[in-house]
Amino acid sequence: MSRRTWLSFVRLWQALLLGVFLAVCLPAAAQTTVVPSGTSQGLGPLVTKARGGQCVDDPVFMRRNHMALLKHQRDDTMHGGVRNGKYSLKACVACHASEASQSVSAEAGDFCQSCHTYAAVKIDCFGCHASKPPAAGAQAALAQPQVKP
Amino acid sequence: MKHDHNTSSPETVAKSSSRRGFMGVAAAGMAGILLAPGVRLIEIAQAAPTAGSASAGASSKVRWGMLIDSDKCASGCTDCVTACNTENGLSGGTLPTDSQWIRKIEIKEIRTGKTQSLPMMCQHCAEPPCVDVCPTGASFKRADGIVLVDKHICIGCRYCVMACPYKARSFVHEPVHNQKTDVPRGMGTVEGCTMCVHKVDKGEMPACVTACSDAGHGAILFGDLNNPESEIAKRVASYPSRQIREDLHLNTGVRYSGI
Repeated sequence: MSRRTWLSFVRLWQALLLGVFLAVCLPAAAQTTVVPSGTSQGLGPLVTKARGGQCVDDPVFMRRNHMALLKHQRDDTMHGGVRNGKYSLKACVACHASEASQSVSAEAGDFCQSCHTYAAVKIDCFGCHASKPPAAGAQAALAQPQVKP
Repeated sequence: MKHDHNTSSPETVAKSSSRRGFMGVAAAGMAGILLAPGVRLIEIAQAAPTAGSASAGASSKVRWGMLIDSDKCASGCTDCVTACNTENGLSGGTLPTDSQWIRKIEIKEIRTGKTQSLPMMCQHCAEPPCVDVCPTGASFKRADGIVLVDKHICIGCRYCVMACPYKARSFVHEPVHNQKTDVPRGMGTVEGCTMCVHKVDKGEMPACVTACSDAGHGAILFGDLNNPESEIAKRVASYPSRQIREDLHLNTGVRYSGI
């Protein structure tokens, strides 16, 4: 085997090993930030138990991208009148509201508040938007017969 | 050894090709796996919002409007105002700093003494002055003619409040609590009648229209002005109706008959 062929062979193996190393290490790094609700893991945010249900997307993905998804959809909803999108703030609040405070941002441990305090990022959403799901009575009142204009 | 940039020896060719090979393998590995913890290229591509695919949304073929019959509107009745306040989570106060999206006004012809009562709110103009003056684009008209404030962009300058000939807009002076889920409201922004856009998008009537018909007056007719088959379009085509401040040529979506 000539020296040139040997060199390229070694480099190919170096590249493959690096790829495998990254594939193993990066997801592991991502997993360390996951905190199950209600339990503290080291210095991670403590999140109180929420109403629950299945999230619209992978939690790891949502953690990274929820702000962009909400921003895109708010424009579709507000300007375009499209109200059945997948990523609505209303749906977030309906699921993630804490069982204790019935809110996502009223108490320190509530879903939005806990992580945002941890990351030192101010939430502006709830200056205008409701941080609590509509009350059970209000839900019943909403179920009126639909009138086609 | 003299280093020549123009000619490459066989060894340097082999070196550069294997380096290229390394980059290719590494890039392929990365793209399939992760860009950063929790972020993959495939997910970014799938996350693109799907506007208008499932729901049609606001259509420019529609022009929502109201026809208010002031002969049917009862003096002293404020059911539409109450319904608006309840639906949109307004306090119902009438101080200069309180938001009021709809109000009842009494008009009187001085010579004859004839009085009439009518509700006054955002007229949802086709050429809205509030949109013309807005420096940020927060005040806007939807494709279906409903004039709204995008409070994400509103800076609270209140030019629109001054520009509106109908005094239809309010500024929120104090922090708001317990907002309705479908009606976000917040301090430092301007707001006004939304024609209950959250209900209209669901195929329902605005709250004031429902309340008026529930009270037995039926003075407010809501519908699509562009659809010749709709009740409102037939009525404005057959009977006289007027826009308030017609001289401004704003082509309002809210029209009045009997005045």
